[in-house]
Amino acid sequence: MQEDDKILGYQPGNTFIHRLNATTKLIFLLLVSIACMVTYDTRFLVVICVFSLICLKLAGIKWRQISFIVKFIIVFAIINLIAVFIFQPTYGQELYGSKNVLISAGYFTVTKEELFYLLNLVLKYICSVPLVLLFLLTTNPSQFASSLNKIGVSYKISYAVSLALRYIPTIQTDYWAISAAQQARGNELSKKASLGKRIKGTLNIVIPLIFSSIERIDIISTAMQLRRFGSKKKRSWYVYKPFTTKDYFVTAMAIFLVIIVVILWHINAGRFFNPFK
Amino acid sequence: MKEKGLSVKSVVAIGIGAAIYVILARFTSIPTGIPNTNIEIVYPFLALIATIYGPVVGFSVGFIGHALNDFLMYGQTWWSWVLATAILGLIIGLYGMRLDLEHGEFTGKQMVMFNLVQILGNILSWLVIAPLGDILIYSEPANKVFLQGASATIMNSIVIAILGTILLKAYAATKVKKGSLHKD
Repeated sequence: MQEDDKILGYQPGNTFIHRLNATTKLIFLLLVSIACMVTYDTRFLVVICVFSLICLKLAGIKWRQISFIVKFIIVFAIINLIAVFIFQPTYGQELYGSKNVLISAGYFTVTKEELFYLLNLVLKYICSVPLVLLFLLTTNPSQFASSLNKIGVSYKISYAVSLALRYIPTIQTDYWAISAAQQARGNELSKKASLGKRIKGTLNIVIPLIFSSIERIDIISTAMQLRRFGSKKKRSWYVYKPFTTKDYFVTAMAIFLVIIVVILWHINAGRFFNPFK
Repeated sequence: MKEKGLSVKSVVAIGIGAAIYVILARFTSIPTGIPNTNIEIVYPFLALIATIYGPVVGFSVGFIGHALNDFLMYGQTWWSWVLATAILGLIIGLYGMRLDLEHGEFTGKQMVMFNLVQILGNILSWLVIAPLGDILIYSEPANKVFLQGASATIMNSIVIAILGTILLKAYAATKVKKGSLHKD
């Protein structure tokens, strides 16, 4: 309806990655992103970068499906990198314990160490973003809920997550409907309006949205209570699929990657790979 | 019959609350003109849902809502900030247990207490948990994350103080007061 209502969602398909069990994909995503979060070993990060980009290609994801979010992330990442540099240009040399000046400019002196640290930050972005995009685009939301339950999250919380995913599009439609109704009544929200007016205008949309949604909570919970939700300790999932050979293989690979990070931690004596020693 | 664990209502409140969180975080952030400083209407909403449904729902809505929103918008998530949002929901929810909005009660004294609690919660979340998490997990420079934390503390405290109080008062006003029926 609106030009900016793009939210990433499941795109059905039949590639190797689509056919993987949702639990496998979730385990892989969690383990590998934790591994990438912990380590600052450039060699490991480069390997994962290349690997995750290949996976995107393998899942048959088209550039236009993800272009808007990727552009958004790039802008955000650049702002963050600039902020990291401006606030402490000496951070890299403190981390790596040496100083190789490239451009001498007082406070903003650029050192090789700082650039190397920033490069690692960039690699970290490139590692985790494709994996998450891959997961969001190839995993059915109901399977996602059942896989959360499978890895040990209580089924009530899993169900809450699946409710959230189910209701995001509905509430988004409500939001734009209320917004259109308020605009028809002269509610000004554009950049032309003053800050006070925009806050008031936004409140005019948000208050009906929140109150009608709170009524919805009552209705849905009554309906679920009538169907005896939560009366047993366990539940079964309609979309549950058993593990197959390829699932065991991918899970093993994720564990293997985590082991590599642990080994690298010992080799590097910490999180950082230091080429300046 | 007493239910074990989370009640059905809490489960639904977490689910719908997280969905509203994602929509509000996405569409209702108003730029103030100062770079990187936005008026986030999502925090007053978190305060409302936490006071109505309690600390567990407040924590979970903050956690799930923030994490989902980060994933859907940025393709990755900053766990330190997710945890900070969740703790804010938890703290406001703990105080909310002493309020009785369901019966239309929200007095001036309660308003003052609510705001003291939310400011303390904001300080703990954005000035302690989020920056320390950023340093420990992501190893970012300390002065950058503490400045970000300080600006978030100030903005979110002000936004909850004004819009959050309005929301709570408006919600209480929709409810019927206890003992408002009289026998003629």
